[in-house]
Amino acid sequence: MNVVTPPAKKGRYDAGVMKYKEMGYFDLDYVPKPTDILAVFRITPQDGVEADEAAAAVAGESSTATWTVVWTDRLTASEHYRAKAYRVDPVPGAPGQWFAYIAYDLELFEPNSIVNLSASIIGNVFGFKPLKALRLEDMHLPIAYVKTYFGPPTGIVVERERLDKYGRPLLGATVKPKLGLSGRNYGRVVYEALKGGLDFTKDDENINSQNFMHWRDRFLYCMEAVNRAQASTGEIKGTYLNISAGDMEEIYERAEFAKQLGSTIVMIDLVIGYSAIQSISKWCRRNDMILHLHRAGHSTYTRQKTHGVSFRVIAKWMRLAGVDHIHAGTVVGKLEGDPASTHGYYDICREQYNPQNLGNGLFFDQDWGGMRKLMPVASGGIHAGQMHLLLHHLGEDCVMQFGGGTIGHPHGIAAGATANRVALEAMIFARNEGRDYLNEGPDILAKAAKSCRPLAQALDTWKDVTFDYASTDTPDFVPTVTAV
Amino acid sequence: MRITQGTFSFLPDLTDEQIGTQIAYAQKNGWAVNIEYTDDPHPRNTYWELWGQPMFDFKDPAAVLYELAECRKVFKGRAYIRISAFDNTWGWESVRYSFIVDRPEEEPGFALERLEVDGRSQRYSTRAYSTDKPAGSRY
Repeated sequence: MNVVTPPAKKGRYDAGVMKYKEMGYFDLDYVPKPTDILAVFRITPQDGVEADEAAAAVAGESSTATWTVVWTDRLTASEHYRAKAYRVDPVPGAPGQWFAYIAYDLELFEPNSIVNLSASIIGNVFGFKPLKALRLEDMHLPIAYVKTYFGPPTGIVVERERLDKYGRPLLGATVKPKLGLSGRNYGRVVYEALKGGLDFTKDDENINSQNFMHWRDRFLYCMEAVNRAQASTGEIKGTYLNISAGDMEEIYERAEFAKQLGSTIVMIDLVIGYSAIQSISKWCRRNDMILHLHRAGHSTYTRQKTHGVSFRVIAKWMRLAGVDHIHAGTVVGKLEGDPASTHGYYDICREQYNPQNLGNGLFFDQDWGGMRKLMPVASGGIHAGQMHLLLHHLGEDCVMQFGGGTIGHPHGIAAGATANRVALEAMIFARNEGRDYLNEGPDILAKAAKSCRPLAQALDTWKDVTFDYASTDTPDFVPTVTAV
Repeated sequence: MRITQGTFSFLPDLTDEQIGTQIAYAQKNGWAVNIEYTDDPHPRNTYWELWGQPMFDFKDPAAVLYELAECRKVFKGRAYIRISAFDNTWGWESVRYSFIVDRPEEEPGFALERLEVDGRSQRYSTRAYSTDKPAGSRY
């Protein structure tokens, strides 16, 4: 792959350039140790670069290698520190692309640091010239490594216990319009939505502290709304107060104010960075706070299949880093997310053990070692008329967020909230009764709407709304029936 | 006002037949069914009184409905009664669902009390009107 043809060399450590394959980064006979961290990359080599050499280069550049031989390797147990490409498979149906499996010794990584993990695995290597494109598809994290992290501060079970809400998805809504409302008007939306039947409302990712609404104003009016709604329903309510800010000191200040006002939950954006996420996760543990993560920015690197990082890897990192909620797709809504991949993300969030499932994009078994589960959040372009589909795809342990589907109700925000809550409870009830709720969904909703006018209005308003576009990020393996 | 705690508070009040379908769902999943009651409906009142023990070994919804009927003989109209299901599977070990099956005829609801502190901040407190009276004589 090197442009320069290396001169004939006598030994491994003679000065000059040699192929990565020959430097110890490629070994098809290597059997990964149970303690190795494994990564699978989708590699698209430049024309003329063979796949094996490209795989070795990725292993090299994401571990110890540089472009030329360095004698200082000999001051280390260098073989121990070299990542090894141990398997290279062509991607089914995608000429010119390969899956390169790479094993890293556990000792290459600092405990409890997503920053260190990501700096190694996706640090320099993504700009490497001999590759046209590179994508980190999945990772296996050995249990010894998983146990160095604290994980979600609250987790699904304790969140439910704290909120006294069981047996159904939680319901939320993002306040709209996302920009421009004053604190006083913003709190009105929160109050109406919570009073009408939602469990949560949510700040949007870019609601921080702008001229139209300073953060303290938002927090004060929102908590007035939350407490009013709590008293008028007898239920615990919450609003995700977005504490994302330009520096960590400011984030902590906002978190402290949210706590002081009695909020059950705070929110951060993925773009605050991995260190900041781990820091605020610690703070949430110390302060009995649920931590909601909005995955702002992720589509810049998760969406295209050939280059970037798959969201399933981000989901794994965020379970380690310790958030309680993560946006993970809706299947049926307005944002990217094919059903099989989305099921894979949900499993990463919610299961104690993920068996390999290529059809859902899970390349490796993953044992979470009892780590708490995080609640996936379905948000973006969903409405009450899809309740049977949402429950079928997403299951019970998630937050369904109907922003437009609450606030856009023709008879007001509280009516929109009631419609969603009734639709959800009716669907759960039918499922528990043993009905085929997926196929009978529209009938179940129509019947529930007979005693709930807001639901009838919601079903009528959005009856024809679907977002039926082809996904760009889909698994490469189709489940096939094997003859026994 | 109608307190909306629980899995099915937004549906019309459930008949015994309907309650039976939900009990059957819990039993099918191997969850223990509980009957609980309280006259303090504060949303942070976690520990409602247990009507007997959790029914770990009951396999028939009728047995739970019998216990519910017994509980109602004592508390109907004077307390909230709820049915919950407990799942002892590793990694859950908590409640799977919880829904109200009986309410007092009058639900007076809650007062929101405010204590103005620190500039514009407030300390909020939710108080059930019914708990102004002693336990046992609230509804």
